[in-house]
Amino acid sequence: MVSAHPARHLLRAKDLVDARYRESLDVNALARAAKLSPAHFSREFRREFGEPPHRYLLNRRLERAAALLRSTDRSVADICLTVGLRSVGSFTTSFGRAFGMSPTRYRAAHPPALTRAYVPTCVLMAQARPETACFEKTGDQALASVASE
Amino acid sequence: MLKQLTTTQVWVHDQEEALAFYTEKLGLELREDVTVPEFGNFRWLTVGVPGQPDVAITLMAIPGPPVFDEETQQAIKTLVAKGAATGLFFATDDIHGTYEELKGRGVEFSQEPTEQPYGVDAGFRDPSGNQMRVAQRS
Repeated sequence: MVSAHPARHLLRAKDLVDARYRESLDVNALARAAKLSPAHFSREFRREFGEPPHRYLLNRRLERAAALLRSTDRSVADICLTVGLRSVGSFTTSFGRAFGMSPTRYRAAHPPALTRAYVPTCVLMAQARPETACFEKTGDQALASVASE
Repeated sequence: MLKQLTTTQVWVHDQEEALAFYTEKLGLELREDVTVPEFGNFRWLTVGVPGQPDVAITLMAIPGPPVFDEETQQAIKTLVAKGAATGLFFATDDIHGTYEELKGRGVEFSQEPTEQPYGVDAGFRDPSGNQMRVAQRS
């Protein structure tokens, strides 16, 4: 048995995010995939990939949500739940921070690129992922802004 | 004028491990396996898709000196392990059957078969970290 490169285990955790972002993944599950303790895992993941694992997960969910906004007519709340986020309010806030506009405005502003070119999903997932995102507590204001859209 | 693409290459951490993966798990066929003593036991190892004899994939070990200095060799190894190197795209007539077959053999998928505007595709990795995709175009 060949001993794998240390970063290969971390990539396995990153792949787990890409494969199962719809589920309620936590850092413990990701750390197990990388065969590391949770604290050590978060540090190493950040060192290799430039951001902590929970942020990679959130950005992956936001990227997938953006793809669904572009390519389907499903509701914002439905898309939020589909990508593994439970609170529509914090989803809308995080989405706004990442893409600079609400999910509804984003949808209106982006006709689907896939109708124009054959873009493999891996390219989309790599290129369309927002750079920064952060978790936000659900606020009544955020919920209200979704309701009004 | 160029006529044809014949050979492509992926860096692999271990050629034996890669050979087992590409032939036993992916079902590719071994094409060439030649070790050259006068080139420091350089091993030219290629595989290919059965039924597509004119395109081969070279499973290339990441060389150290005199080809690359040790730092460069290490950097390439790390890039491959981080999934930041190259990849291969395959086609199939039966994406769901292929997915079940490969998964059953222990292939690690990073994306299960997913409907796309161009068909259905899935993503997986080789043991070194190279990105692989398989698509059934509609």
